[in-house]
Amino acid sequence: MRVAKTGNEAMAEAMRQINPDVVAAYPITPATEIVQIFSGFVADGVVNTEFVAVESEHSAMSACIGSCAAGARTMTSTSSQGLALMWEMLYIASGLRMPIVLAEVNRALSSPINIHCDHSDTMGARDCGWIQIYCENAQEAYDSLIQAVRIAEESLLPIMVSTDGFIISHGMESMEMLEDAQVKAFVGEYKPQHPLLDLDHPITIGAIDFTDYYFEHKRQTIEAMRNAKGIVAKIGQEFGEKFGRHYGFFEEYKLEDAEIAIVVLGSTAGTSKVVVDELRQKGIKAGLLRLRLFRPFPYQELANALSGIPCIAVMDRSDSLNSAGGPVFTEIRSALYDLEIRPKMVNYIYGLGGRNIDLSQIRSVYEDLATNKTDELVRYLGVRE
Amino acid sequence: MSKEAWQDLPIGGLILEGGTATKYITGDWRSLRPIWDEEKCISCLNCWIYCPDSSVLVEDEKMIGIDYDHCKGCGICAKECPPKVQAIKMVSEAEFRK
Amino acid sequence: MGKLFEIRWHGRGGQGAKTASILFADAAIGEGKYIQAFPEYGPERMGAPVQAFNRLSDEPITLHCGVDSPDVVVVLDPSLMETIDVTQGLKQSGVLLINTNQEPKVMKDRLSNFGGKLWTVDASTISKEELGQEIPNTPMLGALIKATNLLDFEGMLEDTRKKLTKKFKSKPEVIDGNINSIKRAYQEVKGE
Ligand code: SF4
Ligand code: SF4
Repeated sequence: MRVAKTGNEAMAEAMRQINPDVVAAYPITPATEIVQIFSGFVADGVVNTEFVAVESEHSAMSACIGSCAAGARTMTSTSSQGLALMWEMLYIASGLRMPIVLAEVNRALSSPINIHCDHSDTMGARDCGWIQIYCENAQEAYDSLIQAVRIAEESLLPIMVSTDGFIISHGMESMEMLEDAQVKAFVGEYKPQHPLLDLDHPITIGAIDFTDYYFEHKRQTIEAMRNAKGIVAKIGQEFGEKFGRHYGFFEEYKLEDAEIAIVVLGSTAGTSKVVVDELRQKGIKAGLLRLRLFRPFPYQELANALSGIPCIAVMDRSDSLNSAGGPVFTEIRSALYDLEIRPKMVNYIYGLGGRNIDLSQIRSVYEDLATNKTDELVRYLGVRE
Repeated sequence: MSKEAWQDLPIGGLILEGGTATKYITGDWRSLRPIWDEEKCISCLNCWIYCPDSSVLVEDEKMIGIDYDHCKGCGICAKECPPKVQAIKMVSEAEFRK
Repeated sequence: MGKLFEIRWHGRGGQGAKTASILFADAAIGEGKYIQAFPEYGPERMGAPVQAFNRLSDEPITLHCGVDSPDVVVVLDPSLMETIDVTQGLKQSGVLLINTNQEPKVMKDRLSNFGGKLWTVDASTISKEELGQEIPNTPMLGALIKATNLLDFEGMLEDTRKKLTKKFKSKPEVIDGNINSIKRAYQEVKGE
């Protein structure tokens, strides 16, 4: 069924169809609508969800951990400062192996205060043990959130699925929705392994680990993150077989024979595809890789996909403030280190604080690659200088 | 004691049974030992209420002794025993190791 | 159509530029088009100049940047034209539709460097008469379809009636008022 939905509406609809046991959330622009629309579903009785209105995002994540520990399928939503306020609880969620699903909307972190899109919020949370999926459009946000429930519950890791703030969250576009029954059947019933509410099998959660156990438990989470890759692939494939829209770790767009390529996340990939098409018509072998799964980081698959391309630009919508480039760049560069012939690689930081990234900026990146303007490691696209 | 490898531990730091604190012997942390005088004791159970380690043993609403496997020797029980009763005395562990 | 078609709406905060872009997108999707509708975001201030955008195509749309050179510009409030250049980036072959009681010729003379086709309609008066309130965005939909032929008018009317019926079950006057205002604007819009 083709409908017109904003990214936020798409995510809220997915949540309605998933019908989780508990949602605990606190509003923040530009993610507010997701929970606002969903709370309408709760009030109208179209979902059976227990909705917990809390006083902060820290409390939201704490309540999610509690409800997930109790054995409830649990979801929440946030953005930017809200995600930052969840910080310590994000680590606790992953450390306790709670399959919580978070609908995230990417927004720049203060200061200066800003409400628009960049990836600094989720990139900052990249090492907290959550699976991360970055979506190009409303369709993918909807599809990914549905898959996320299964991915989290099979890997026993929490997961965040994000869209670009305003660009996707508030932009209305065409998308296909599944029937309620299809989603219900796909996500299935949640069978928690060790729910606290199973009074016949009492357990302890959150016991202290000193020098003698902490490392072993972290090692388990590391392994879970490794295994999550296979789970993401398997569920993406199952989703594709059932509903015709296939999802992997990343999308390769005219990459096969590309001589110049960019790697990019989120909505900018869609805009870049238009430039790739333009260049291809002119006979220029341009390609694109849109990374979707950033955690776990599919480094081997990325190395395979990008090997043989002599010149690659990695686009980052956040900076690591490490004086050596953005987070996507440093990781992709590391992934390609073992290639026999290493490509020339450059980093472009773009779109911070919602700065528009248009066709001409993307054309200029390909132009730089085509003319070997690659001496500078990191360049800043669209900033006044 | 050899401890489990990461592959063999329950995930998430979970402990999959209840009451496991009883397996953790804390009695050897003690430097003072509470000695209970059954004759003086009026079973008011003040000591049972205040013992932070649940080491005062009670049966049928009567105090019956102290669990030395877990008692850490903090002395709270002796302090909380009514002044007119003074049924618990703290004695140096050294006395018992002679 | 096939190719990408882009629209820019100019209004003031509170006048419903965003709503107009959404209504238009909704109607287009009813005809099987691929659409986008999005506003320009910032702090929401009543009366401040705002913009909203549409993209329309027979094929899926992957572009996610701002609209720089629209095919059509719709102006909900003519007073905006004193402070901003509403033709900025508008294609030379483009269409400019203005809510005003002036004749197209008069407006055209004021925009000497615009070479495209200009249409005017008094959507404010129409909405006042049909809806009892000045909400020019709904009638502008009718005028836009006349000026561009982008959608089938009857189909769009039917679609809008269905949506309004769902939303205003207990207020038939709102449904009729909206439908009449769209029809009137479709008939009354004038091109030079
Ligand atoms: S000494 Fe402390 S731990 Fe031992 S029984 Fe008395 S109150 Fe409990
Ligand atoms: S507080 Fe003293 S009197 Fe009371 S139960 Fe304990 S030992 Fe007996």
